[in-house]
Amino acid sequence: MAPSKRKVTRRQALTETAKAAGVACLGGFSLAAFIKSADPVDARALRPPGALSEAAFQVACVHCGLCVEACPYGTLSLAEWGEGAPLGTPFFTARETPCYMCKDIPCAKACPTGALDRDLPSIRDANMGVAVLVGHETCLNYKGLNCSICVRVCPIRGEAISLEDQEINGRKLKIPVVHSDKCTGCGTCEKQCVLGHAAIRVLPRDLGLGGKGRNRAGRNF
Amino acid sequence: MLRWWISDSRRLGVEAHGVTRAHKWWFLRRMTQIFVLAIFMTGPLLGFWIARGNFASSQLLGLVDLSDPYIFLQSLVGRHWPILPAITGALLIAAIYILVGGRAYCGWVCPVNVVTDAAYWMREKTGLTRDRKLDKRTRLFILAGTLIASALTGTIAWEFLNPVSLLQRAFITGIGIGWVIILAVFLLDLFVARRAWCSHLCPVGAFYGLLGRVSLVRVSARDREACTDCGACFNICPEPHVIVPALKGSGDDTRLILHGDCQNCGGCIDSCPVDVFRMTTRVRP
Repeated sequence: MAPSKRKVTRRQALTETAKAAGVACLGGFSLAAFIKSADPVDARALRPPGALSEAAFQVACVHCGLCVEACPYGTLSLAEWGEGAPLGTPFFTARETPCYMCKDIPCAKACPTGALDRDLPSIRDANMGVAVLVGHETCLNYKGLNCSICVRVCPIRGEAISLEDQEINGRKLKIPVVHSDKCTGCGTCEKQCVLGHAAIRVLPRDLGLGGKGRNRAGRNF
Repeated sequence: MLRWWISDSRRLGVEAHGVTRAHKWWFLRRMTQIFVLAIFMTGPLLGFWIARGNFASSQLLGLVDLSDPYIFLQSLVGRHWPILPAITGALLIAAIYILVGGRAYCGWVCPVNVVTDAAYWMREKTGLTRDRKLDKRTRLFILAGTLIASALTGTIAWEFLNPVSLLQRAFITGIGIGWVIILAVFLLDLFVARRAWCSHLCPVGAFYGLLGRVSLVRVSARDREACTDCGACFNICPEPHVIVPALKGSGDDTRLILHGDCQNCGGCIDSCPVDVFRMTTRVRP
């Protein structure tokens, strides 16, 4: 730090202020650009129950790990670099350890900042994502078997996934169908799917359901 | 014969007072750093919970909420109003550092301090003297930059890079490739400039430095008449410019080191062969 008693001309003062502002802005904009390079719109990470929307979550979550330590099943972890969630934020990978939907929601209760809603009335209101049957060629039910593991392991039994009779190419099949208004995205179905990679996967709700769009003529649908 | 590992800046202190006393404040600092990390680690490692969370936000003994005021500030700038535990926690931590010295965080708590002290020690031992002059105010501009980035992106911007958070999480919950940033800080301090990270670039330190401008606990050059101009304190001090007004002032000038950059690390007390410095408060200069 320069001694405060030195003589500064107006010209020097202006130059130094401009330099300082330049460094601050350059630094700020670069950091902002770096952060924007991980766009939350395409985020695939599954957040703990009661999480704010992805954009709001990014500014509310301080990466303290209190939710991670509160989870009795070790479901959650703080993201490291290259793990698909922004550095330090809590997420879980359903295929490894799903959310076991504790009635008292200890993770959300532990959050000190409001990034997770402490007052979530029930774990059934949690919106961690939504299950989507992605394996329409590999799902055993589509092959005429009656696997139905995903339906049977679902903790919201009979409500979030059910078997529906469908006729496909002249064959009567029983197909698992997800009811997105009941599914919390806990990931138990994805965890238990017998295939090498799960034919049913949990995605963040926007990604899983497609979301609203707009055609080139500007019509919303 | 002095032991090889003792840093050059402590040698006069060791000759005058012995190894133990010349490392008193250094030892207390290291113990505090280890202790603070350890109370967060017993839970995840041994199942014995003293503090949950990490330095960003935590709960002590299930009762007291603590939060980092700098992270809190970035959250506010990014337009999120946190709920009560984070608000009271941030105020409590800010109050503690206003009491004990803002940058006491840097010297007594921050784990990166151990990394940069190690780099400085290696600079001495290997004779590396290369020193790119960085402006000490750069960290204030970086601090401003992080707040701009938080406002622009609606995120807690510095937490995307912060080596302080990375390193403490490494101990508490583990990290993978994040070690690269810690290594970068070490190499920066070793090869680029003396005390490059903590004293020139780190915005966390800059923030706590602003808090420290009003803090109660201060180092005083109480017996400055005894000073022999040996330079030991300037060599050991991570922010040597803070010592000058207190040590070299005359007459009625204050003998307290009042500069916000002072870490209250006590290095000057340890290294001084004639006991010029004391750890004291503004009340008893």
